[in-house]
Amino acid sequence: MSKLNLQDALSAIDVQADWVGLREVKESTTYRIIRDGNPQANSQEVDHGVMVEVLADGQFGYYGCNNLDHASIANAAKKALVQAKAAAKNPIFEFTTEARPATKGNFQSPFQQSVNELSAGKLNEIMLKAYNQLKVNDQIVSASAMAMIIETESKFVSSNGSDVQQSFLMVQSDYSAMANKGDIYQRRTDNHCLQIGMEEFDEDLVLARASRVGEQALELLDAEDCPTETTNLVLASDQMMLQIHESVGHALEVDRILGDERNYAGWSFVREADFGKLQYGSKIMNITFDPTVDNQFACYGYDDGGLKAERDFIIKDGLLVKGLGGKESQLRSGLPGVANFRASSWNRAPIDRMANLNLEPGDSTFDEIIAAVDHGVYMETNRSWSIDDYRNKFQFGCEYGKLIENGKLTKTLKNPNYRAISNPFWNSLKMLGNQDTFEVYGTPYCGKGEPNQAIRVGHASPVCLFENVEIFGGA
Amino acid sequence: MEQLFKQLSETLLNNLRKGEHLKVSIGGEKSQFVRFSQSKVRQSGLVDDASLSIELINDERTCSGSFTLTGNITTDETTAMAELNRLRDEVGTLPKDPFVVMPEDTGSSREEHNGSLLPAEEVVASLSPAMQEVDLAGIWASGRIFTGNANSAGQKHWFATDTFSLDYSLITPDERMVKGTFAGSNWDQTEYEKNMAKSIAKLRIMEKPGKKIEPGAYRTYIAPAGVADIVGMFSWGGVGEASIQQGDSSLCKMRQNDVKMSPCFTLSEDFTSGIIPRFNSNGELAPEKLDLILAGSLKNTLVSSRTAKEYGLQSNYAGEGESLRSPVLSPGDLNEDEVVQKIDNGIYLSNLHYLNWSDRPGGRITGMTRYACFWVENGEVVAPIENMRFDDSIYNFFGENLEAVTDKAHLHPTVETYDGRELGGVSCPGILLKSFELTL
Repeated sequence: MSKLNLQDALSAIDVQADWVGLREVKESTTYRIIRDGNPQANSQEVDHGVMVEVLADGQFGYYGCNNLDHASIANAAKKALVQAKAAAKNPIFEFTTEARPATKGNFQSPFQQSVNELSAGKLNEIMLKAYNQLKVNDQIVSASAMAMIIETESKFVSSNGSDVQQSFLMVQSDYSAMANKGDIYQRRTDNHCLQIGMEEFDEDLVLARASRVGEQALELLDAEDCPTETTNLVLASDQMMLQIHESVGHALEVDRILGDERNYAGWSFVREADFGKLQYGSKIMNITFDPTVDNQFACYGYDDGGLKAERDFIIKDGLLVKGLGGKESQLRSGLPGVANFRASSWNRAPIDRMANLNLEPGDSTFDEIIAAVDHGVYMETNRSWSIDDYRNKFQFGCEYGKLIENGKLTKTLKNPNYRAISNPFWNSLKMLGNQDTFEVYGTPYCGKGEPNQAIRVGHASPVCLFENVEIFGGA
Repeated sequence: MEQLFKQLSETLLNNLRKGEHLKVSIGGEKSQFVRFSQSKVRQSGLVDDASLSIELINDERTCSGSFTLTGNITTDETTAMAELNRLRDEVGTLPKDPFVVMPEDTGSSREEHNGSLLPAEEVVASLSPAMQEVDLAGIWASGRIFTGNANSAGQKHWFATDTFSLDYSLITPDERMVKGTFAGSNWDQTEYEKNMAKSIAKLRIMEKPGKKIEPGAYRTYIAPAGVADIVGMFSWGGVGEASIQQGDSSLCKMRQNDVKMSPCFTLSEDFTSGIIPRFNSNGELAPEKLDLILAGSLKNTLVSSRTAKEYGLQSNYAGEGESLRSPVLSPGDLNEDEVVQKIDNGIYLSNLHYLNWSDRPGGRITGMTRYACFWVENGEVVAPIENMRFDDSIYNFFGENLEAVTDKAHLHPTVETYDGRELGGVSCPGILLKSFELTL
């Protein structure tokens, strides 16, 4: 990744501390965007630095350092030590080296085609062709095709013997069309966030996705508004992504339950005493923390505290069994947790984050779910999201809806929205789609933490049926 | 860093070939962050970060790159030249960009604001005593922020400032909360302790028994901090010209159908406070003051030079994303001290949370009430209320339902730190609404 030998840099540090760790991150983010037939961005950002962490007097002090020579890193360790000792005058918890287990290992994202196999010029050509598919006719007033490619190299070494190297290749593809007729504006999008190679930009796949987006944006112009009523709600996997993220994932972050986020993202309706007792959802609800799903956006081998990442149940048969807490939160709370102690980059200290958090599939086909509904609405693709600071009262809006009448999808609906409260909502989960309906999504923009950190998460889900949900339409 | 930037930009600009045009910019910080929870230190550290961005234009084609600076001139110069050469290799393979913004020299500037900050090693000892009687969660951020740019037309800008902020929440044992911020450039221990004492006094009011209210329409006052959050929404599918042209703005109605808001509502982009530089990432200087919505009518939008070129308009040198950089909502004539009396019967909302457009073309926003929110009866605060969801349109609450605007604007400093510590803030008064829709 760089000329820096991290082990040598660690050896050059001379501080009186119980533990020292170095985490070097080099990340390149490339954007190729075509909007309305012209290039909107061809940019590449390279972010590179070292996070120096020192444990002394029971406290971690850190220094995010952009100068990568040994002397600067050694000096950073001295300053981090001063931070740790100052914090020790008023600490929330006394940590030991148990918070940073010694680990060795590697991780590599799976991919078929490397970044070098698709040139900047060729990717611009493909995005331009996608735009031409999106622009079905003049009622599409604006359209864009976007490729984002992230290459990350991360190394972690520590004074108690950790040595971890991880290489990630992550891709976001996004196709978007805005349709207009009179006062009506309707946007339709298709977004993937995956650990994958340039095969994501296979021309046939790209054009098929773009074509569907353009056609459905136009379809929405003549659609009826979503009705206002309390009824059955069927959610597609790309909306379930947001549903899981906001009303399960954030609520179960243990640092949040412990109160660390109360000044920013908020608290949680879940309390430490709820683990092993709270019926979070209906009996068919099974949520896993799973860093092993092929191509999912937040796969990794080890978290930023050095804990090995493994698949685990968070909610089993609807019962809350485990929190999203890394080693520091596990020590503070005494609760079992997972390897989710993650930082957005070298310049931030790790905190509890989601990674891949998934709703496990059931055994119903999509047709069986629709056939089971006398009256209801089917919704796809999030467009609006808001939830309270305890992760209770949410309101989400989608791009595209279909009325369900007598077990069949009928009219297209625009402006479909719904609102509910997390715990009763998940307990109203009535049917789960099977593996054929199980789709993998993610986002690069999960915001949390002080100082703020945006991190990548993945969510996979089958299609789901919920009963008695309040739905409504546009302004 | 100013000297490093000067040297790097000169090296890059001196090495340009015929037909090449270049924009160079820098941004960075030298910061301390201390995170508090339960009035104790949760995490503490320092961050040195800076990056250099280069945009190369050649034959109507453009591409850009950025990299982290190390502070070592030899290393950084080598990386900068390598990046320029990478861009050279790429730019010829790209499609032409008809709306590329060429570098211009519209004037140079230099501003440096030196503050008096708390030494990093004294922060915990200085902040902790005043918060020991309460449960506090929050973040201390302090240090230098700098930004600059230069281009091949000869323009140069530099801006650096020392700032600190303690952004915090105080929490009662039964989980009612009060929000506070103490920010500035010159540390004053006495003023900090006064700020904390004032917030603690507010927290005591929150200890009254709570009142549950039902969804419905209520006469409502939204205090300046809550209004600042709503004003922030105008940066996202609001006052940006590109978002209107592309059908993605809540203000399309105002442009297309001449829909108006209340005559009490005036929003401008106003740099006169000087807390944020007027130059954008192209180095273009925005006007000192630009009225956007004047007495309820859409007068101007934020127009970047790229948007101007694409749609045949005049640029007002907005940033690339055409978001508000220094928004000011004009005060009105409602005496701030008489707000509770004027509510008569209704609700007082100090803060809002997690706003989003629920119907952008319709101008509808949903979000939550948060922190010190009260039920008011016969002109007196009666009880804190449970947090409620709202879903209402800007054309209602900044339109016919806007009864009055308070007579004092308050500055709410930006405390976000996603891409580094941000500068600036929102200046706004409170608003009294005849009706506001609570839904859950």
